[in-house]
Amino acid sequence: MSANQPSPDDAPLYFAREPIFPRRISGKFRSLKWVLMALMLGIYYITPWIRWDRGAALPDQAVLLDLGNRRFFFFGLEIWPHEFYFVAGLLIMAGLGLFLFTSALGRVWCGYACPQTVWTDLYILVERWVEGDRNNRIRLHRQAWNAEKIRKRLIKWGLWLFIGLATGGAWVFYFTDAPTLLSDLLTGDASPIAYTTIAIATATTFAFGGFAREQMCIYACPWPRIQAAMMDEDTITIAYREWRGEPRGKLQKGEKLAEGQGDCIDCMACVNVCPMGIDIRNGQQLECITCGLCIDACNEMMDKIGKPRGLVGYMALKDEAHERAGNKVTNIWTHVLRPRTLLYFTLWAGFGVALVVALFLRSPLDFNVTPSRDPLFVTQSDGTIRNIYTLRIRNKHGSEETFRISATTADDAETRALKLTLEGVEGDTITVPADQLYNQRLYLDAGPASDLAAAKRTGIMIWVEQVGEDEPVSDKADTVFNGKGK
Amino acid sequence: MSKKPTTKKEVQTTGHQWDGIEELNTPLPRWWLWTFYATIIWGVAYSIAMPAWPIFASGATPGLLGSSTRADVEKDIAKFAEMNKAVEEKLVATDLTAIAADPELVTYTRNAGAAVFRTWCAQCHGAGAGGNTGFPSLLDGDWLHGGAIETIYTNVKHGIRDPLDPDTLLVANMPAHLTDELLEPAQIDEVVQYVLQISGQPADEVKATAGQQIFAENCVSCHGEDAKGLVEMGAPNLTDGIWLYGGDVATLTSTIQYGRGGVMPSWSWAADGAKPRLSEAQIRAVASYVHSLGGGQ
Repeated sequence: MSANQPSPDDAPLYFAREPIFPRRISGKFRSLKWVLMALMLGIYYITPWIRWDRGAALPDQAVLLDLGNRRFFFFGLEIWPHEFYFVAGLLIMAGLGLFLFTSALGRVWCGYACPQTVWTDLYILVERWVEGDRNNRIRLHRQAWNAEKIRKRLIKWGLWLFIGLATGGAWVFYFTDAPTLLSDLLTGDASPIAYTTIAIATATTFAFGGFAREQMCIYACPWPRIQAAMMDEDTITIAYREWRGEPRGKLQKGEKLAEGQGDCIDCMACVNVCPMGIDIRNGQQLECITCGLCIDACNEMMDKIGKPRGLVGYMALKDEAHERAGNKVTNIWTHVLRPRTLLYFTLWAGFGVALVVALFLRSPLDFNVTPSRDPLFVTQSDGTIRNIYTLRIRNKHGSEETFRISATTADDAETRALKLTLEGVEGDTITVPADQLYNQRLYLDAGPASDLAAAKRTGIMIWVEQVGEDEPVSDKADTVFNGKGK
Repeated sequence: MSKKPTTKKEVQTTGHQWDGIEELNTPLPRWWLWTFYATIIWGVAYSIAMPAWPIFASGATPGLLGSSTRADVEKDIAKFAEMNKAVEEKLVATDLTAIAADPELVTYTRNAGAAVFRTWCAQCHGAGAGGNTGFPSLLDGDWLHGGAIETIYTNVKHGIRDPLDPDTLLVANMPAHLTDELLEPAQIDEVVQYVLQISGQPADEVKATAGQQIFAENCVSCHGEDAKGLVEMGAPNLTDGIWLYGGDVATLTSTIQYGRGGVMPSWSWAADGAKPRLSEAQIRAVASYVHSLGGGQ
């Protein structure tokens, strides 16, 4: 143990956050991040305002999570609660997608797509715009509170709050009709739930994007831990080519690198741009979100001193030893395309295809028939056996629809013995209002002399035909008829 | 070449070392500690503001905010009662036979009536109204006391043979022919065979013929000449396959020997000053619901 180690009693149990002042940088990855940020924020803010005509009885918002009415609208799709397995399927795809991207590209989600990263990026952009770049911000941070500092801080916080408000505001638009809600919000007529949700989302955006930043990734988020467990030697991460950079040393302007000196001139550019406040040269670290900004920073510096780019770059863990041994740089695709990632991709795509197929195989008529279990059958005074069924029809159309109900036995042999009655309805059709689940009790009677009445149970089918369509749509539900037989 | 150290933070150790393995000290961020303190303060404040601490034999501390889930439920019930008030008033004002023609009342009675049925009726008549031994099925077209909606309504309201309600439906009991010495055991045996015969079950021809005479002398006043029952007497049809207590020899013998007299409670009766178990609207809703189950006349 070295002499300068503190005694156990002095060791600090807690430490204060060290503020990070990322320097502005431009380059390939920074540009990519700007484009992705614009794209993702654009999608987030614009989506609730897209309209989609579904007829008078249904909402015309393209993407709407109508929790109150338990409907989920996504453009031409409408998901009812009983079809929630689609959402489960999407979640499975999201999980497999995480495996796929993590094993192939490491923490690419963290670096480019995570809302925490995107909003922090946006907040840093505002911060830089108000307070200046790294050095100005450090100076402002250190100086005492004066008019300038108060002014700049208030402007910055004001802008942050505005962004937070817009973020929380956009969130609630996904759950109810956006134009109506916006005018309600402005006039104070919206539901307290809407205001509370906006307030919470605003506060968390403001706190997480403005102040917590990398603390969320390091201490609050389970991703870094889970993802570390899913990476292997072939996973693409950001790394420093130590064999090329070391021994590092300073380079004075106009001088040349000394003999035996590595390419790293210890300019700290990679450290200064890092939003996580780490030094990539220390190797792979839990904090690193692989955002690629240090690559941009280092490449810029390598260009200046006339050295090849890529001292810091995207590479797999095993490349370091491989390249140190003098081999050529491995093509990135040989890492990405390997059995493990292909397996994940196959599973992921398989679920995707299955979901799409399931979506197209959905019957245009959505109904089910439940036979009564209590009692299984009713004996009438003349010996007729009656079975009771509940028919649940979902009319997913934007207009009122009429359905014709009929019943047959499975082999059609005793169909004539079945007498169908719709409770409270004359005739054999029912009319279901738009966008509603409709319950109808059905009675099937079989005469005392019929095989249906004598058998224990007989397979039957209930048919539903949508009346009034140009092409009649009909479908059946299999169920049973219970008789007296033992 | 400068000897500037790397920016790598020196990770401190706690000073503990075992077999060359040092225990690192990786301190938590301070905000984590403050968050922890904040949860403690929240917890204390919450237990003061909300009902929290148990008090022996008297519930719990009420909390400064006066929150009570029981009161919330009562408020919710009152809210829904208020929402249903208009339709319930309409239901009470509508003629029973006109309910089926009003879609709003149909929807209401199907749902409210089903709720009343599951709460108060299902114990005897079964959740699906299929009945049990001694408690008739309400799904078939065979009614002991009539299946018109007014009759169902009256019988729910005042009950059948309910000694508490002066307006209850008072029909004669099935007499206990053995206990009251109305018939000899042998005669009972013969009349049982006759009932088996007329209900289409295998029977002893000789005994049944003898039983027919006994039936004509003792039973037709209630069950009718043709043994098809009389609604006015509450006497069941003995020629079909529907049996309230059972149509086998043992049950029929027992029924004739010791008699029957099922009781349905009155749902509108209440002790002085008390609230009836079911309101007028509830009785109408459940009557309409039962009438809609397929057997209503």
